[in-house]
Amino acid sequence: MDMISNLLRRPAAASVLSLVGVLAFYILIGGVDFGKLMGAASWVNYAARIGIVALPVGLLMISGEIDISIGAMIPAGAMTTAIISGHYELPIIFGILGALAIGVIVGTINGVLAVRTNVPTLIVTLATLVGMQGVVLAGSKLLTGSASVPLTAPDWAKTVFGQLMFGGSHQVVIVWWVFFAVIFWFVLHQSRYGNWIFAMGGDKESARNAGIPVNRMTILLFILTATSASFVGMCHAILFNSAQVSGGMHDIFNIIVSVVVGGVLLTGGFGSVPGIFVGSLTFAIVNKGIDFTAIDRNWSNLIIGVMLLVAVAMNESLRKLALSAATGKRGKQKQDAPMSAGSGQSAH
Amino acid sequence: MSDKTPVLEMRGLDKSFGPIDVLHDISLKVHEGEVLCLLGDNGAGKSTLIKTLSGVYQPTRGEMWMDGKPVSFANPREAQNMGIATLHQFGGTYPLMSIGRNFFAGVEPTKGFGPFKAFDRAKANRIAVEEVQKMGITRITDGDRLVGGLSGGERQSLAIARAVYFGARVLILDEPTAALGVKQAAHVLRIVKEAKRRGLAVIFITHQVMHAMAVGDHFAVLIRGAIAADFRKGEKTREEIADLMAGGESMADLEANIEGYMETRDGHPPPPAH
Repeated sequence: MDMISNLLRRPAAASVLSLVGVLAFYILIGGVDFGKLMGAASWVNYAARIGIVALPVGLLMISGEIDISIGAMIPAGAMTTAIISGHYELPIIFGILGALAIGVIVGTINGVLAVRTNVPTLIVTLATLVGMQGVVLAGSKLLTGSASVPLTAPDWAKTVFGQLMFGGSHQVVIVWWVFFAVIFWFVLHQSRYGNWIFAMGGDKESARNAGIPVNRMTILLFILTATSASFVGMCHAILFNSAQVSGGMHDIFNIIVSVVVGGVLLTGGFGSVPGIFVGSLTFAIVNKGIDFTAIDRNWSNLIIGVMLLVAVAMNESLRKLALSAATGKRGKQKQDAPMSAGSGQSAH
Repeated sequence: MSDKTPVLEMRGLDKSFGPIDVLHDISLKVHEGEVLCLLGDNGAGKSTLIKTLSGVYQPTRGEMWMDGKPVSFANPREAQNMGIATLHQFGGTYPLMSIGRNFFAGVEPTKGFGPFKAFDRAKANRIAVEEVQKMGITRITDGDRLVGGLSGGERQSLAIARAVYFGARVLILDEPTAALGVKQAAHVLRIVKEAKRRGLAVIFITHQVMHAMAVGDHFAVLIRGAIAADFRKGEKTREEIADLMAGGESMADLEANIEGYMETRDGHPPPPAH
């Protein structure tokens, strides 16, 4: 019993429960063939695509900020790669560096605006989201005369960023996702920087007073979110040999839903990388796994909506559990302990 | 005690914002192992004085001395580095972080090397629990507990223990007992006494006279930005202090007035004066 309640108190608990719930729903109601679902690549590829961006977005949300410009940054990264290496036929390495550079630039703009002004970051990144959509569309039309640009990537680039694995349809982006997840897990849960991120989300003023470089960390996190989005776009341009202006807009909410299902508190200060990882996985299974069920695909958004509410409700109550209970038997007496402790000492 | 050099001394501090004078000719000193209670009603200038002491504001006129040398703080960082720790209510703690992580926020102990420096959770938890227990909070035994699960008094105590551990010499406590129940407040007052016993200079801001009298050695009453009274322990009674805080108006007179009014008007209280 103690072990179970300890597990429930972990920030990732709700996302794991959501995952189990969704799988159970699909298997029992949807009549899905579990083996076939596990062998399928579509949802894993999709999980990796949103998961790579969800990791830094989750860290940013834990620090108390939000970035929705990622929606424009995925096509921006793809278009940059395609324009540089496809239209202008420069070596692919310039296309890759160009995509990452545009992420760094937009991330820096977001970050600097966030720390220099008191404008909420939802608004700041809404502005850069819309702004970047304009830049990408107009820039693409201006430079190439089209909103869709073909690209032929050399073999090494396909192997590193685009190639399908195991002779099947799994994309190499899955490996990147796992790799980034391990790095982000270390940063958030093992390094001191993770402590800074939690503290920033808990109480920004106190964090600043404690000597944490809040502004520098905020800018860095915005650079990470924008760059990871342009990285995903770049991978897709290389994989599919082309880039379009329109793709990627749905991803904003999909990514934020994944992060929230993953147990990250919207107001900051709480969350975990395993939670975000499982959250992305869960979201992808709902969204893509529905094709393997007898349920009409058009219902998938309803399921996502219900799952989001259930997951958030679970997160709320599990967080209360984490707050109220201590480990061990001393904690169980917490409710009446302050009384006895106080009365014993009030006679000083 | 008064022949020793004070840890922190204000000499004729003035602070104005444009044409508005908020603080006027404040001269106070606080010694090691002494609690200076700063009393005053809302709007008396207590917050401005704290912010000036902790480096948020710079005084318009006047000087601050530490250990017999003039000092000036350009920002809160500098004040902190000189050993002035300012604790606001619940400030300095993060409810959804563990006790160990809270205690070391910004100065985390690490183990390992190079890019693999990991937060040393065991060490952080051990030191945090030890330090909090040394301050007399023996109920905290598990450094992994989330701070949001502690009582208000325990959170205050954790913040004070943290400041003491990281070498604070002057502890400025801004209304630490204001939102607490009687027992929780007693908790915090005990921690204040412990800090004093350890030789810290404490500036205790409150408008609760009882709390001030329980720990204070030296009292200053602030009215409209000026020091209206400056006295030591035992020189004034609780009623006198309360009267001073109410702006010189005698509380007893006020009460008598209200009672008289109610008697003549079927027990209705008087309407607000303005």
